[in-house]
Amino acid sequence: MMKVGLFIPCYVDQFYPQVAIATLKLLENLGVTVEYPLQQTCCGQPMANAGCEEDSVQAARLFVRNFHHFDYIVSPSGSCSLHVEEHYDVLDPTPEVQKVRANIYELTEFLIDILQVKTLDAYFPYKVGYHASCHGLRGLRLGHASELNRPDFSKPHQLLHMVKGIELVPLDRPDECCGFGGTFSVSEEAISVKMGKDRIADHSRHGAEVITAADMSCLMHLEGLLRRQNSPIKVMHIAEILNATQN
Amino acid sequence: MIDHATRAKRFNADEKKVNWHDETLWFVRHKRDLSSKGIPEWEQLRELAAAIKANVLSHLDEYLLEFEKNAIANGIQVHWAKNAEEHNQIVHQIIQKVKGKKVVKSKSMLTEECHLNEYLEERQIEVIDTDLGERIIQLSKEAPSHIVMPAIHMKKEEVGDLFHEKLGTPAGLYDPQLLTAAAREQLRFRFLQADVALTGVNFAIAETGGFVVCTNEGNADMGVHLAPVHIACMGIEKLIPKVEHLGVFLRLLARSATGQPITAYSSHFRTPRPGCEMHIVLVDNGRTELLGRPDFRKSLNCIRCGACMNTCPIYRRSGGHSYDYTIPGPIGSILSPNIDMRKHSSLPFASTLCGSCSDVCPVKIDIHTQLYKWRQIIAKEGHLPASKRWSMRMAGWLMAHPTLFRLSGKVGRRILSILPRQLVYGRWNEWGKAREMPPPPAQSFHDWYLNNRNNGKK
Repeated sequence: MMKVGLFIPCYVDQFYPQVAIATLKLLENLGVTVEYPLQQTCCGQPMANAGCEEDSVQAARLFVRNFHHFDYIVSPSGSCSLHVEEHYDVLDPTPEVQKVRANIYELTEFLIDILQVKTLDAYFPYKVGYHASCHGLRGLRLGHASELNRPDFSKPHQLLHMVKGIELVPLDRPDECCGFGGTFSVSEEAISVKMGKDRIADHSRHGAEVITAADMSCLMHLEGLLRRQNSPIKVMHIAEILNATQN
Repeated sequence: MIDHATRAKRFNADEKKVNWHDETLWFVRHKRDLSSKGIPEWEQLRELAAAIKANVLSHLDEYLLEFEKNAIANGIQVHWAKNAEEHNQIVHQIIQKVKGKKVVKSKSMLTEECHLNEYLEERQIEVIDTDLGERIIQLSKEAPSHIVMPAIHMKKEEVGDLFHEKLGTPAGLYDPQLLTAAAREQLRFRFLQADVALTGVNFAIAETGGFVVCTNEGNADMGVHLAPVHIACMGIEKLIPKVEHLGVFLRLLARSATGQPITAYSSHFRTPRPGCEMHIVLVDNGRTELLGRPDFRKSLNCIRCGACMNTCPIYRRSGGHSYDYTIPGPIGSILSPNIDMRKHSSLPFASTLCGSCSDVCPVKIDIHTQLYKWRQIIAKEGHLPASKRWSMRMAGWLMAHPTLFRLSGKVGRRILSILPRQLVYGRWNEWGKAREMPPPPAQSFHDWYLNNRNNGKK
């Protein structure tokens, strides 16, 4: 049987435990035995994207120690998964490091590519706008980016279409960045906020009741704006929707 | 030092104008999408263009010499400039030699990069920019805010007021067609008087020694056909090996830039008219250094289409002037640190690394990857703000210690839930200016897991 390790990004562990719980339960309900290594912290991306790769090395080493013995590492974050895959060249390419980089999967790509999920027992009777987080979209290629002249596809949409009762709303700009960007969200506060407001307006214009994404960091940023605006629109990670049932 | 964020914030003081700027450029991006999707082999064309450029950059020395030999054989005078200063001196000397006083210029980002206009004006030579957009910003004494649409930051009302002041058009005249006609009338007169015509170069062809200039307004042709001396200035990376490669780039350039299938004019120059002079100035100005940086050399693929600006969600909302460099936007943010790392140290951080620039780029420059790599170098060279440097060092240390990470998380969440609102949202809290903090839950996932899955084992 395959050994699956669950990686929960640091800020999800601290601020959005319900997203991690939904991810775990979703995988368990699909018959996967999941282990959560208790000594995990962070993939190292916040430091590395800020230009401080050196300061990310210890976190990256710890990540490899925690996860190298799994066949698959699954994470409810496209951004963190991409970081492990793409930027762990800060570590010596030992067999453990190479294995971790090859075996890291973002949740929706794991469900579609490895588990080959065709149906889900999920029910979510709301109007949902899907936010295509950039690192998942253009980094992991979870879907087709609008810049490219290639066939249309989207792994997250494939999964959302399996949910009963859901109504996915179209967007004017289906894959524009939300403006989070890690430290960008504070060092370029004005632009970050403006980008977020513009994304929300697009979802709102199309009647979305819930904004979902495969990355909680984008949603944390949008949620911050929505709550400040007293908007009725909610944010939910895609795992929460895929794990939602009638009861 | 004023950084990108500060200038971007200023631009954002007028939200309506930001919306207009964003929508205008998004419209251009949309036109580009429609036009690029009209040709099924678009992605192969990008591959091919990137491969041709990779070949050029690997054999740049040979192609440059081949080009020089063929250009001289065609009767063109070839000059080499190591940097901006040499470039300006060479152009000035050519003008002096023919006792030129009046120069008409068709858009060239290279001469902007070298600040040629100021150099010549200081030496009592009149330079008139003849592209409408360039002319507008020349009159308003600004730098271009976009490499293809230099005056895209100005609304037609602003242009109307400027023309009223500088060209004497009636007050309140904001009709774009009439304003264009007014500019045109003034320019025609300048064209007829010019001693020297300056142009840029879009593509220079090694095997023929000729070059191609792409314009939409026909002003480059008008200038060089009337003036007895033509000076064309080009960066050394503008070479392509053969004429047959031109089709690849011409098909990509205009579609990427504005969504047009091709620019209105693709003017081919090969030899001077009888009795006239044609000069080419080949300029390095940091390009060789860039060629020597393996992680960044691909940025020399750039054909200056501007698509990365139109697609960039930050550029669209911060305006070209927020970059404070001749070439703004994502491509400017990877070119500028090579010129002056300290001055431009904030530019590689003016990005969320969303990657749209890399996907839109017709010559497949890995722009967002290079932004990431410049960040690393800028931090190593000590150009990060101290607060960021130290907070990252602390974060890195904390993330290497799981027990401490969990403890500080618990303490942090607790503090966040009991602190009075005005303390949480104090002036230090950039996040909280316009956004709520995430509501702190009572337990982390780690805690939940211990209680619910791990059989109580710790």
